[in-house]
Amino acid sequence: MIKIFQSLGEYLLLMRATVSRPEKARMYWIEAMRQCYSIGVGSLPIIAIISLFMGAVTAVQFSYQLRGIGLVPMWWMGSIVRKSMILELAPTLSALLLAGKVGSNIASELGTMRISEQIDAYEIMGVNTRSYLIGPKIIASLLMFPMLVVLSVFLGISGGWLAGILGNFYSTSEYVRGLQDAMKSYDIFIMFIKSVLFAFTISSISCFKGYTVEGGAIEIGMASTQAVVQSSVIVIIVNFLVAFLML
Amino acid sequence: MIEMQNVKKSFGNNEVLRGVSAVFESGKCNLIIGKSGSGKTVTLKCLVGLFEPDEGSIFYHKRDITKMEFDEKKKIRQEFGMLFQGTALFDSLSVESNIRFPLDMFTDMSDSEKADRVNFCLKRVNMTDTNKKFPGELSGGMKKRVGIARAIVNNPKYLFCDEPNSGLDPKTSLVIDQLIQEITAEYNMTTVINTHDMNSVMGIGDKVIFLHEGLKYWEGTNKDILQITEGELFDFIFASDFLKDLRRRATY
Ligand SMILES: Nc1ncnc2c1ncn2[C@@H]1O[C@H](COP(=O)(O)OP(=O)(O)O)[C@@H](O)[C@H]1O
Ligand SMILES: [Mg+2]
Repeated sequence: MIKIFQSLGEYLLLMRATVSRPEKARMYWIEAMRQCYSIGVGSLPIIAIISLFMGAVTAVQFSYQLRGIGLVPMWWMGSIVRKSMILELAPTLSALLLAGKVGSNIASELGTMRISEQIDAYEIMGVNTRSYLIGPKIIASLLMFPMLVVLSVFLGISGGWLAGILGNFYSTSEYVRGLQDAMKSYDIFIMFIKSVLFAFTISSISCFKGYTVEGGAIEIGMASTQAVVQSSVIVIIVNFLVAFLML
Repeated sequence: MIEMQNVKKSFGNNEVLRGVSAVFESGKCNLIIGKSGSGKTVTLKCLVGLFEPDEGSIFYHKRDITKMEFDEKKKIRQEFGMLFQGTALFDSLSVESNIRFPLDMFTDMSDSEKADRVNFCLKRVNMTDTNKKFPGELSGGMKKRVGIARAIVNNPKYLFCDEPNSGLDPKTSLVIDQLIQEITAEYNMTTVINTHDMNSVMGIGDKVIFLHEGLKYWEGTNKDILQITEGELFDFIFASDFLKDLRRRATY
């Protein structure tokens, strides 16, 4: 228990230290762009595939249930898929995927730099590594996660449409009618809030785990696993809190 | 010149440095020697401020690095160059970008000025035509050279080398040693080198400090060291019985 609070304290101190005046803004910018590319483009394929299928599965399963009841018009499906994707599936599933992919990536990259003394090498040059190595990663995550989530929503909705058409559950015009029905901008707002909170959770925890590695290759592996597990758990908790407090 | 005064450093119960004082002179190769685990790396990291000593001071011309705030440390580090034991080249950057990094981060030089400086340093360490390669594509000796080039790109006043010969064959070791020695003299740098390689000690040991059990056990030059005939340092230099025997029979 004491150890948890100690880690939490170290984590908060590290996060505070990342905020400082850059030695050279241009170098930080270049690094942030590099991270955006690696996080954004690197995660595109996996997010795309998962989202498409999640939308499709949502459509199939809800259609199956609704048809069983028989009282509900099938054009509701568009609205159901849209709402599930925006409120829950796109932000949360993407976050869990990104915790696995981006989280382990960040933790092992920083861990390797720590063990191979690359972080020391930056320090010796006079670079503030806490801001130069961590700041751009968090900024890049905050920028890229919401974009990936928006993409995930669109692909999920497309997946739902495809599945419905293939399975003959509803026509395109019925689905589109559902999509347009009772659209709430508050849902979109919640989606962005979730994306940003998840982005910060995952990137900051993974940076903390990687930056503070001590030991060797085995410890890098452990740090990277911990980064994934802990950020996933926090994501799920934050997800609940947002739903509980804001919906 | 760097002056270490009564530096102590422990990790938990492990007292690594138990009060080490030493002076590292400018224009010279100052060697720290000792067995593996004797605290050479810890000493070097205290010198450059990567570790904070528990006690003691380290003066760079009256400026005590152990008392410096982060921003002051950043400033004095502009005068440092360091070659790490595993070279610590940045994997994700090409050779050229590795060396250029300190210039990119801390100077307002134009691109062509930077390119000139990078090429000058690469040439100085006899590495041409490798600008676009990545660290993963280089041999151990080449990495060390690039490490040296990166360490000297900012014209440092102080050069720190942690086991510059580790993992190199004897001949390449010699080349690296000579390179460090020449550069030190050329730019009148204060160079501090960790090593346990006796060839280096004999070759470039202008000043030698022997660490043993957390203390400075002996200090002298490479000329003095051969006069030793007993004790811990004797054991260290003439590690094998064969060499000890040779030394005892030799007369100077
Ligand atoms: N970061 C650290 N944390 C704990 N102990 C350390 C650390 N760095 C070095 N030590 C300990 O300090 C001692 C000296 O290590 P070191 O200076 O690396 O020896 P060497 O002379 O081979 O360079 C060793 O016992 C090592 O375990
Ligand atoms: Mg060492």
